[in-house]
Amino acid sequence: MKQFKDVDPPLWVAWNQALAGIRVRIWRHGLTAIGIALGMAFFASVQTMRVNTFGAEPFEIQRLQWLAATSLIMCVVGVTNSMLMSVTERYREIGTIKCLGASDRFIVKVFLLESLVIGLVASLTGSLIGSMAIVVASGAPFLGSLAVVGVSTSLGLLLTVVAAVAPAVQAARMPAAAALRVDI
Amino acid sequence: MSAVVRTTDLVKQYGEGETAVRALNGVSCEIEEGEYLSIMGPSGSGKSTLFNMIGGLDKPSEGSVYVNSVDIAQLTPRELAYLRCHTIGYIFQTFNLIQVRTALENVTLPMLFAGLKPDEADEKGMKLLDQVGLANRYHHRPSELSGGQQQRVAIARSLANSPSIVLADEPTGNLDLKTGQEIIDLLRHLNQEHSVTVISATHDHKMLDVSDRIFHIRDGVLAEIEERAVRT
Repeated sequence: MKQFKDVDPPLWVAWNQALAGIRVRIWRHGLTAIGIALGMAFFASVQTMRVNTFGAEPFEIQRLQWLAATSLIMCVVGVTNSMLMSVTERYREIGTIKCLGASDRFIVKVFLLESLVIGLVASLTGSLIGSMAIVVASGAPFLGSLAVVGVSTSLGLLLTVVAAVAPAVQAARMPAAAALRVDI
Repeated sequence: MSAVVRTTDLVKQYGEGETAVRALNGVSCEIEEGEYLSIMGPSGSGKSTLFNMIGGLDKPSEGSVYVNSVDIAQLTPRELAYLRCHTIGYIFQTFNLIQVRTALENVTLPMLFAGLKPDEADEKGMKLLDQVGLANRYHHRPSELSGGQQQRVAIARSLANSPSIVLADEPTGNLDLKTGQEIIDLLRHLNQEHSVTVISATHDHKMLDVSDRIFHIRDGVLAEIEERAVRT
């Protein structure tokens, strides 16, 4: 065998692959992004209401806390589900680039970058819309709501990345033949 | 002539216990450098499994595969990726081009994995596309190419890093007769020009006529080795 070098191609190769992946599946990814954005908008709006309950009745506060918890669960399930789907339908592609000599790390990197882009765009938009809707509707303080936007954007981003990278790691570790056999 | 691929008592078992299926049941063979070898057998005979083993796409249950005298079961995932990148080129029945990339990008991707600079890769990629007669379609996506053209791109891609082995799994299986013949001629031509070893799993009889040797696989064993055309 020729001299073995433990190097991956430069990051831009993975970045180009990730961007090409997004560009070509723009509708598929757009739908995923809308799902993520809706989940995060719901979460952010309930959170904005919850942190602005000065002087409200205890019963009201309790109800909002319960609603916030529910919205959190809903967005966790929604976000992970749509990301999981969009990765598992690409096992064949993963098998193919493995055959071309991609390292496991390269494959994971592509999905990490893709999910970072989608996750950031979707959760930021969703959180902003959700939180600002409440600011406009109920006159909650703007600056305080920005903190909610920050928290829920990070949460959305984290969920998206974990839900994309976990199946990508699994797919990258599979023998290439097994990844190629997966038919969806 | 030296053996580029050697297998010893290769066994592949799927599943366990009573439902276990032995797709390969003790295959020992040697494949020589520069030969054009066809692996022939009915579906379910184990030829695709043997193909996957030789290509390092799957791990054998027992026995070993040596590629250029390296036991590939002993390689780390990283070394295996390196082997796939530099030593083996793959061609599939379903072409398996990356749909999101153009023809040229498909051909250059393995070169980028190998550490080539983008402009070097583009230049080499165009040269390969030219050899398979597709230089004028370099910016087309796979979805804009016919089956035969896609397979040509796949052939150019398999040669990206000047591998010593090209593995083709039913390369003509999804093509009509005429296109299939063209692909076979192209493979044979590249085999002689680049002196690259071509190993193809097939049940296409046109393929057999150009082969140097044919392995007949039946029920997971190497039933017969047929010598064909005298090498020139």
